[in-house]
Amino acid sequence: MSKIAESVEFAAQVIDLHKHYYLGEITVHALRGVNLNFPRGDFVAIMGSSGSGKSTLLNLLGALDRPTGGQYILGGHDVSKMTDNQLSDIRNRLIGFIFQSYNLIPQYTVLENIEVPLHYRASRRAIDSEDRDRCEHLGKLVGLDGRLDHKPFQLSGGQQQRVAIARSLVNNPEIILADEPTGNLDSKTEEEIMQILLDLNAEGRTIIMVTHEDNVAELAKRQIHMKDGTVAGEGIFRG
Amino acid sequence: MFRLFRTINLAIKSLLLHKLRSALTMLGIVFGVFSVIAMLAIGEGASKQAQDQVLELGATNIIVRSVKPPQQTSSNSSGNSSFILRYGLLRDDLKLLSKENIPAIKRSVPIREVNSEVRYRHREMNCRIVGCTAGYYETNNLNLRDGRFITEHDQDKIDTVAVIASEVAETLFPGEDPIGKSIQVKGEYYEVRGVTRTRGATAAIGGSLAGQDYNKDVYIPLRTMQVRMGDDNIQRQQGSFSAESVQLHQITLQLEGDEKKEAEDIVIPVSEVVRETMRINHKDTDDWAIIVPMELLEQAKQIQLIFNLVLGSIAAISLVVGGIGIMNIMLATVTERTREIGVRRALGARQRDIIEQFLVETIVLSGVGGAIGMLLGWLTPQIFSVTQTVFDMFSSEAVEIDSGFNNMFADLTPDVQPWTLGLAFGISVGIGIIFGVYPAMAAARLDPIEALRHE
Repeated sequence: MSKIAESVEFAAQVIDLHKHYYLGEITVHALRGVNLNFPRGDFVAIMGSSGSGKSTLLNLLGALDRPTGGQYILGGHDVSKMTDNQLSDIRNRLIGFIFQSYNLIPQYTVLENIEVPLHYRASRRAIDSEDRDRCEHLGKLVGLDGRLDHKPFQLSGGQQQRVAIARSLVNNPEIILADEPTGNLDSKTEEEIMQILLDLNAEGRTIIMVTHEDNVAELAKRQIHMKDGTVAGEGIFRG
Repeated sequence: MFRLFRTINLAIKSLLLHKLRSALTMLGIVFGVFSVIAMLAIGEGASKQAQDQVLELGATNIIVRSVKPPQQTSSNSSGNSSFILRYGLLRDDLKLLSKENIPAIKRSVPIREVNSEVRYRHREMNCRIVGCTAGYYETNNLNLRDGRFITEHDQDKIDTVAVIASEVAETLFPGEDPIGKSIQVKGEYYEVRGVTRTRGATAAIGGSLAGQDYNKDVYIPLRTMQVRMGDDNIQRQQGSFSAESVQLHQITLQLEGDEKKEAEDIVIPVSEVVRETMRINHKDTDDWAIIVPMELLEQAKQIQLIFNLVLGSIAAISLVVGGIGIMNIMLATVTERTREIGVRRALGARQRDIIEQFLVETIVLSGVGGAIGMLLGWLTPQIFSVTQTVFDMFSSEAVEIDSGFNNMFADLTPDVQPWTLGLAFGISVGIGIIFGVYPAMAAARLDPIEALRHE
């Protein structure tokens, strides 16, 4: 992993990103040269209709996939040409994931769910009491005090999403990727979750959120619209 | 180490998510391991049983027996069925097969046996009358309950004395002390000098030696038998009567040397010498046979080895079936937990981590199953004795089962060898690994994006 010095002021940087899928004889150009900069402390909402390439972009930003062309620089590392194992480590260390459907591990308690990323630290160090304190602290931070030994099925959707947020923070990542974080929640809970994200952003965390709800997107510092695999523009474009 | 402990702990958590499923899957391994251990234990028990039976004959003994030659067709005897058939061992053989001729022989014990009615007052009983020498007592592992056995002195004096077996004593002398009383055998009176203890019948060993019930025996000095009864034995059979003349029925040669190692080196060569001597002396007539317990023992061991191998293989197949069951469930689990795998990958798990996770789960499953199977296997003797009791109940009530089999079954004690416990457990864990690798690899190879999208 080579540090690229000049991009350090950016949490993440996307340079002329291309992604092609080969479906038999047809080549799908999901991304056609996307350029984006995410300064530290940014809160970006990525919007776009289905097929616009926003999911593909999110997968690339999440280091779950490699681009066909272009560069993706995350926390000073060029992620575009990394091996599978290196990508795993990058995801673990630099990215916090928040999913629409929470994606907690059902057989684990809240605390154990928050601990999961710690298992996969590059050092593979065992979880010590300090780690545990940190996880408990994060649990409390997102308002799950007293529920740390509950299993996910005992929690409401909003509470599960709080667990996911705590989990995303445990390795102190460079960026937090939120994929429709309020998609499954009622409007009251949506507000609560968005408030947590806003608080985190206020602390200086970089958040990249995919959403198609305007009222949620409005809460972000800026909005990026995707269309046909490119960035169509920034700002709120109402219906 | 701590990390492994934690991985195992988490694996148990995942397995407990589906308790019934995990338990049923485990059952396959439990029975597999149990059957491996039980089969080997039963095989080992049967092997011991067979070897004990042979050892009862004396590992350092060589037994030479008279064999009735195949009956000549009646054309020879032209309707006269009463000719005397002469065959078998001769007193001459005994002289040749003695310490003087073959130094390795410690003692030669000849016997002659006749079935006859034995009377005391109004009571009577069919017994085996055994003409023998003092050495018979030792070579056949007899024990006295009362009095003494036949002595050299009795032989020399051609005394009409007898030693009777326990069952004979009980039948002829109920509530009486037989010592000093006289029993009547073939018109002669013999004074009872001793009573032997009850001795378990020896089982028949293959086709070479009939089983023997020692409890209906009457022992008299061999010379007395020769003088009083002669060599001829006449038996009436439905109108005609047959007669045969046999000087000796059996000679047991006890060899020098201890039970173990030395004997093995000595028994086989001596048996060859004995065989050659007999062949020459009997001019190639097949009226004798030689039984070498040591040889039988070797055969028994070899047969048991094959027996164990077959039993073990059958049980091993059940273990493999259990393993396939595990693999099946783990594949289902992987499909079911695709989303979880995707999440773990997103959170930084490498492919190796996923492999490790599912492999450990499989090994825990098969390991715990193996441990339970091991425990059951260790209890095989107890479980087996319960089976025997149940079997006895049924066999005494309803089905008439061949008594030979019944005896063998009743006497069989499974012998659990410690190494089989280790082996079976090792195999079960091995099966966990073998049948766990494929599902674990399948899990690790999932594309994280696809896995996260999985419903």
